[in-house]
Amino acid sequence: MMGKPLAAVVSVGLSKFGRIEGKYGRELFFDAFKEAIDGCPNLETRDIEALYVGQMSEFYEHQGHSGAIAANWTRLLPIPSIRTEGACASSGAAVALGVMSVHSGLCDVVMAGGIEKMTHQPTPFVTEALALASDFPFEQWNGLTFPGLYALMATAHMHEYGTTEEQLALVAVKNHGNAMFNPKAHLPKKITVDDVLSSRIIAWPLKLYDCSLITDGASCVILTKPELAKKYTDTPVYIIGFGQAADTIGLYERASLTSLAATKVASKKAYEMAGVSPKDIDVAEVHDCFTIAEIMAYEDLGFCEKGRGGKLIEDGETNIGGRIPVNTSGGLKAKGHPVGATGAAQICEIYYQLTGQAGKRQVEGAEIGLAHNIGGSGATGVVHILRRGD
Amino acid sequence: MSEELPKTLDQFYKFVSEKKLMALQCLDCGKIYLPPTPRCPKCFSFNTSWKELSGKGKLLTYTEIHVATPQFASQAPYLVGIVELEENVRLPGIIKNCRREELAIGKPMKVVFEEKAEERKSWPAWGRYYLVPA
Ligand SMILES: [Zn+2]
Repeated sequence: MMGKPLAAVVSVGLSKFGRIEGKYGRELFFDAFKEAIDGCPNLETRDIEALYVGQMSEFYEHQGHSGAIAANWTRLLPIPSIRTEGACASSGAAVALGVMSVHSGLCDVVMAGGIEKMTHQPTPFVTEALALASDFPFEQWNGLTFPGLYALMATAHMHEYGTTEEQLALVAVKNHGNAMFNPKAHLPKKITVDDVLSSRIIAWPLKLYDCSLITDGASCVILTKPELAKKYTDTPVYIIGFGQAADTIGLYERASLTSLAATKVASKKAYEMAGVSPKDIDVAEVHDCFTIAEIMAYEDLGFCEKGRGGKLIEDGETNIGGRIPVNTSGGLKAKGHPVGATGAAQICEIYYQLTGQAGKRQVEGAEIGLAHNIGGSGATGVVHILRRGD
Repeated sequence: MSEELPKTLDQFYKFVSEKKLMALQCLDCGKIYLPPTPRCPKCFSFNTSWKELSGKGKLLTYTEIHVATPQFASQAPYLVGIVELEENVRLPGIIKNCRREELAIGKPMKVVFEEKAEERKSWPAWGRYYLVPA
């Protein structure tokens, strides 16, 4: 039996994703906030009782304490507002806290979202800032970068299951293609497998087009109690399950190099809570920080058997129009990956899909969606399952 | 004697500076492990002690990093891998004395130590180990 709603999403907002010059992170968050409240005319902003804001790093803008800043810039003071940090899963975790706070009964309406402003810094600086989310004493100390860590997984996956560089490339081709139908996306582009294969090596076997983008952006989600949802919108989307898990910070510490336990544990919890199974999912946003990460997510989320992720993309099953469309927004790969904003942005895309607002990338009749957000090389995993309102 | 040594990362790297590869061993279940958390990851016992490893193992996976952080940029491209040591302990490390084309999963590897620890003024003042084909 399908689980009872834990919380309702009544509106969402996204800033433009991309290389946004002349705006600070807090101003991007304001853009996302404004879009969310404009989409919810019945909401008085004074009804918002708490704010959770994901942000990965204070490095980029020499700015920490983003919770209070977000409340200040949206003039929501003095509500409690905190920054959540779980590397690339920072705002997936923010949404989870939002769900918990309305489900606890303590708050009627809360806002969750995320911020990251990255593109004004040079690539080596960004590479270092991202690497801070991996283990220092063994991984950073040995020169590992994030592309490096996922490359280690890719090498192992290719060896163990025969996954090919061409199959990885197909993930990039699909996601850049999907982004062409997303006006907020950073890099909408028709590319070919050869474009991916001939792009420069970042961390062998991963090439430039296997990597997600360095992007500026912000995201915002308005959550309320399910019984209050209809006060704010005729088309609520319900969060019916979520799960979060932590794993070892070091990739080297894990029993498997080709699977993320955090995804498995978090999704198992979410599926059980939601009372659905992987075959019930109509549309999914998964954490494609690298092409190999999307392949592994297919397997760990149960969209296919272990080791069959490469075949799933090759067969076109995850294309729009396929059996289980994945990353209709363009994903981290092409919509862009403003790290702290990503998790809540995934919830935004599922909301658009389940309310029929996804335009040319709409998955017809989508009723149940899943958002999968990973921090670092898999030390944090957050999965949400959403259902279209009646 | 080793029971009295602190179970810390600094101690692990102090051993590395002395050209010793050490891990912690659980005195209750026998598990040998890294990183050196004072508590056993298998049976959660606090009864653990340092143990020297052979430094021999096989390559589990590897990559060649072309885009590096500023600290490593001058070395790029360089190889990094994870080995599984004889004692079932996994360890990442920079791979030296080898080209990528010569590597393969399962290749026998061993841990070596930097000849003369460079004078490190910046934090942390740790020694370095590397992985090389055995
Ligand atoms: Zn033990």
